[in-house]
Amino acid sequence: MMLLSCPHCGPRDESEFTCGGTTHIVRPPPDSSDAQWGAYLFFRDNPKGVLRERWRHTYGCGQWFNVARHTVTHEVLSVYAMTEAPP
Amino acid sequence: MIVGGGGHGLAAAYYLAKNHGIRNVAVLERGWLGGGNTGRNTTVVRSNYLYPESARLYDFSLRLYEQLTHELNFNVMLSQRGHVMLAHSRHDLETQSRWVNTLRMHGVDSVLLTRAEVGALVPALDLSPAARFPVLGGLRQPRAGIARHDAVAWGYARAASALGVDIIQDCEVTGFAFGAGGAVSGVATRRGPIRAGRVGIAAAGHSSVLAGLAGVRLPVTSYALQAMVTEPLKPRLDTVVISPATGVYVSQSDKGEMVIGGSLDLFASYAQRGSFAVMQSVIAGTLEMFPSFSRLKLMRQWAGIVDVVHDSSPIIGPTPVPGLYINCGWGTGGFKAIPVGGWTLAHVLATGRSHELAEPFQLERFITGRLIDEAAAAGIAH
Repeated sequence: MMLLSCPHCGPRDESEFTCGGTTHIVRPPPDSSDAQWGAYLFFRDNPKGVLRERWRHTYGCGQWFNVARHTVTHEVLSVYAMTEAPP
Repeated sequence: MIVGGGGHGLAAAYYLAKNHGIRNVAVLERGWLGGGNTGRNTTVVRSNYLYPESARLYDFSLRLYEQLTHELNFNVMLSQRGHVMLAHSRHDLETQSRWVNTLRMHGVDSVLLTRAEVGALVPALDLSPAARFPVLGGLRQPRAGIARHDAVAWGYARAASALGVDIIQDCEVTGFAFGAGGAVSGVATRRGPIRAGRVGIAAAGHSSVLAGLAGVRLPVTSYALQAMVTEPLKPRLDTVVISPATGVYVSQSDKGEMVIGGSLDLFASYAQRGSFAVMQSVIAGTLEMFPSFSRLKLMRQWAGIVDVVHDSSPIIGPTPVPGLYINCGWGTGGFKAIPVGGWTLAHVLATGRSHELAEPFQLERFITGRLIDEAAAAGIAH
């Protein structure tokens, strides 16, 4: 069981959380090409290594937050607010 | 050259040699044959997919499976014991009525079952009206079933090898070499460089990593999908059963073990192990269906890394890099597709043109928006 630290509630079991996938996705301008829209909608970083993703403490405070996590070890390297720049 | 010595890669090598007479083929495998998802699935084969493109693709695969033991002279132990998807609500029943008609129009064998028929077929199932997810009926594909996963890999490997294909294990690809016009000219491996005019990647959950070495970005996210088996017991379940409410599916192996699968671990992962939280919910779902399994001990639990794309449909064809082809995106359903995945990857590698079965399943669909959103792919909402 992964232990995630909600910035609001502290360390809780992974089963209290929902993963929202890759974070820091920037919406392209309205006049973007099909390729840019496709990239925005469907193409995600899928590193075998550190991934920055968003999680929600669904069965707790309900807050969204960002996590930098290693996709092989599942080690959580940092937890930071939704509006913060990646560390 | 094929990168990936699992079912899809080995099948592609075999069909390159057999269908196209191309025998100067190498299959490179980072670990050992069939040690990735080919050895980590729940061995279910079926073709009851909703859209015509998918039904054609997967039914072709099932037809190849039906011939495979004879074709490869290797017993893949295909057991067409059928597959039952339970209906738990009036809405499930209505959806299944639509599915059964659609599937029959696609030529895929498909039958609606009443609650009593489900009970006769699966006596171990909890049919009481007080069940947490009461059973009201079901959708059955009689030709579906299970096969021996290792035998599929070994059978293709032996047959490909007999036709002259080189299979190199413990040979991880670490980069690509490029020639004129940016076309692939070979690969770098831990055991040295190898030249090749055309390279096909069949690496499931590691597709993004390999394609990334060639500068190709894929619409894939890798997740762990876990499965588990109980201690063996006497014959108790002679079909595959899936509950769309819990996402759990169960079959009994020829050795007598109950083989149990369920939901993905819903966060990106390259760790070939499942999280305990998901295992717990999968077991809970299993016991909702089969209360009598509650005292069985789990023998083993494992996970494979699956390549999930937005529309749950595969990608089989060229990449933006000339000479580099890919077979990926099968997500949670790659085992059943091994024959057709190999067949169509071999076709595009040999001819430079996509096989007609694979034409709808190209990478461009994520730009054009022509997705094949295969809701029936997993049978459950991942």
